[in-house]
This record gives sequence, structure tokens and C-alpha cells, in this order.
Amino acid sequence: MKPAAFDYLRADQAEVAVAALARHGEDARILAGGQSLMAVLNMRLANPALLIDISRSRPMAAVEVANGQLRIGAAATQASVHGRPGLATELPLLALAFPHISHFQIRNRGTVAGSIAHADPSAELPLCLLALEGEVVLRRARGRRVVKAADFFTGMLLTARAPDELLEEVRFPLAKGGTGFGFEEFSMRHGDFAVCAVAVVVDGQRLRIAVGGVADRPTARDFPLLHGSALDDALNELAWSLQARDEPQASAQLRRQLVRTLGRRAVQQALLNRHPERSTA
Amino acid sequence: MTPDLPPLSRQVLHPVELTLNRQRRTGHAQPRLLLTDFLRDELGATGTHVGCEHGVCGACTVRIDGVACRACLTLAVQVDGRQVDTVEGLALADGTPDQLQQAFKRHHALQCGFCTAGILMSCADWLDRRDAPGAAPHEPTEAEVRDLLSGHICRCTGYTPIVAAVLEVAQARHAARKAGHA
Repeated sequence: MKPAAFDYLRADQAEVAVAALARHGEDARILAGGQSLMAVLNMRLANPALLIDISRSRPMAAVEVANGQLRIGAAATQASVHGRPGLATELPLLALAFPHISHFQIRNRGTVAGSIAHADPSAELPLCLLALEGEVVLRRARGRRVVKAADFFTGMLLTARAPDELLEEVRFPLAKGGTGFGFEEFSMRHGDFAVCAVAVVVDGQRLRIAVGGVADRPTARDFPLLHGSALDDALNELAWSLQARDEPQASAQLRRQLVRTLGRRAVQQALLNRHPERSTA
Repeated sequence: MTPDLPPLSRQVLHPVELTLNRQRRTGHAQPRLLLTDFLRDELGATGTHVGCEHGVCGACTVRIDGVACRACLTLAVQVDGRQVDTVEGLALADGTPDQLQQAFKRHHALQCGFCTAGILMSCADWLDRRDAPGAAPHEPTEAEVRDLLSGHICRCTGYTPIVAAVLEVAQARHAARKAGHA
């Protein structure tokens, strides 16, 4: 289908984008890569009066390391982050997750911030941001606020972003030595949205397990370092706590089983790659 | 400070100037017009096909400033001032199919041909990136080609002949590059 009519503003500066958001609020939508929003518009699931296109902004496409974080601007594409030569050491979890995110042609245009702002419960980037305890910078005409990932995702396609706020930057904490990461996903076809995805961080004696695709938002839980049947029990309890839905493509029972199976695999992967010096030897 | 320009109105046709297959072209579009429909209906470039119109099938894949992406998820007004390449631009100046198109023909990598234009544009981007200065040259693998093709739906071929055609061209280019360096 074709989108309904809207006005169109190209905003290469964040100031222009937030000024337009201040004027138009809920009637306006930010167009970044468009890989979710344009499909939504084509299917007429949304009908904004104004599109604010930030996709050609150079300042908003900046990706930089600062203060122990990888800071990704609102217009930076997934391809530009995936293609960073040092990504596997900066953010091993993202390096593991990127190949699962849709396809090459979509990652070329799709943005990291756009996927997080869209907040699809099955999407990989919101899951990784939550697993890594990252944060987002929300900017409005009058100022900025920083929101932790755990407070940002509030439900199915819902976030803490107010209608007049631009998701200006996504901040992933860089990997520290001795931390291990695991990522496992099951989808119906390669590149499809996850039926279930699990991201694991092992950090000292803490085991952090985050699950996407099952609840209405990505969900993370912290455990002490568990093994054997204690890990099985924890994963089983986590699986039941997520209120999995029955859907034509996957039953709630399948989703719970995937949390157990993928969870165990992702934990094993994280334990194995915990010491970077060993894996490079 | 950037002048605070008013938005483009939904009711007005706006001029869009682009370089389509190395030629300067101008057309007019309302903001809501998709690049697929702009190419086909306004510029007459009907080689780009309209499939699912939500980014899944890959039939409308074109290159914008060299990068393969979905024309159905792009607005015509977004390509103003940019370079767009479509399947019509692949053949050589005298109309001879290019290396990739010839390999598709040889391997029977198409039947109905609906998905082919998009696949060719994705593969052209991928092959050019492998040849780019600074790219780490490595032997192309079937897994890489299958991963690339996962962004396209073909209901005729079963993909195997497409993989064979793309792999053959990638291997030939890889061998030529190695010979050039020797």
C-alpha cells in the first residue's frame, strides 16, 4: 500500500528537529532510516501530519567513544556501527547480535537509535541495550535528559520518550576485560524478527540474562553465577515469569522452551569467551 | 545557524533532481510518493519492481549513493541531489549485459525475473565493496552469498543457481585482483 499524505521537513540539525517536534508534538514523527516507520506508513498503521527527516544529517550520524561508552547518534546506520573495525572488542555483544538483525540491505539504512525508539519487543538492539545497561539521551527544545534502558522500554512499541523529544543518542557501555557475552536467537527464517532471543553478560560473579521476543518488552534479570541444575531452575523460572503469548507462529510453550534452551547456550557462550586474552591465543 | 525552512507541503508537487544511472534527471513528487513509484511512473524506469511494499521481499532494491537499499521504504523527496542506480544502468554502453547479468543467464539464475532486478543491485553493491580499496581480500564463500541473498525472496529458482552465478563472479573478480597484485 501507499502512505497517506503528510508534510515533509528535512532536518539536518538536531535543533531544527526538536523545534519542529515542539511545534507539532504527537502529529510529527522522526524519520531516520525508515526501515520500520516507512513500512508502518505504507500499511497505514500510522498517519502523521509531518515527517521530520534526519536521515541525511552528518552531525546526528556521529559515532564516538567517550566516557567509557560507544555513543551513537540518532542518524547513525546499523551498517556504520556493525562495520567498525574494533566492534568485536568494544562491544562483543553487538558484534554477536548484528548478523541476526534483518538483512544487509536493511542495515544499510536502518539506524541503531531508530530501532531502539521503535521498541519492538522482538528487536535485537533494544535487547542488547538493556542487557548492557546502556542509556539513551532524549532531547527536547528546552533541554536533555538521560534515561537508563531499564526505564526506557515501557511496553509493546512503547517507551518513556515524550512526543516532543528526539532520541538524540544511544550509549552502550564499552566491554570491560574479564566480562563474557553470549547471544542466541531463534527466528522462523534468517533475518526475521526473533521468536525468542537471549543476551547474556557474565561479569565477575554476576550473571545477567536478558530475553527478547517473549514479553511485551525486553526483560533482564540478574543472578549469581549459576551452573548445572541451579541454572536450569533459574531459566525455567525466568521463562514462566515472562507471560509468553500464544501466537499463530509460536506457542507460549515453544517460547518458554526457547528461553530455557537458548538461555543455557548463551550462558555457556558467555562463560567460554569471558577472557579475551584466551580466545585470541 | 540553519534557516528554519517551512516543511514541504503534502499538497504540492516538489521538484526532485537526481542522477539516475549516470544521467541527470528531474521529476516531481508529493512528499508521500515512494521512490519505487517515482522511478516507475514519473521517470519511466520500470526495471525496479514493486513487490511487498514493506521492505521484506527485496524486489525494489536499488542503490542510493552506491548503497543497496529498499526503494519502497524511501521517499522520492529523499533522493533529491543524490545518485540512484537501478537495473537499467548495469548493462554496458552498447547494451551488452554486464558480467553479473551474463552469469545469471548462464546459470539460469532467473525464471520469471520479478525478483532479479533487486537481487542484481544488492549483488552489485556487495561485489563492489569487495573490490573497494582497503577491503581485506578473501576468498568469497557460499555462506556469505546466501547471507546476502537472505534479503531477497525468489519463488522460482530455489536460490541455488543464483548462488552459483554470484559466487562465480565473485571468484573471478577475486582471482583477477590477486593476479593484479602479483
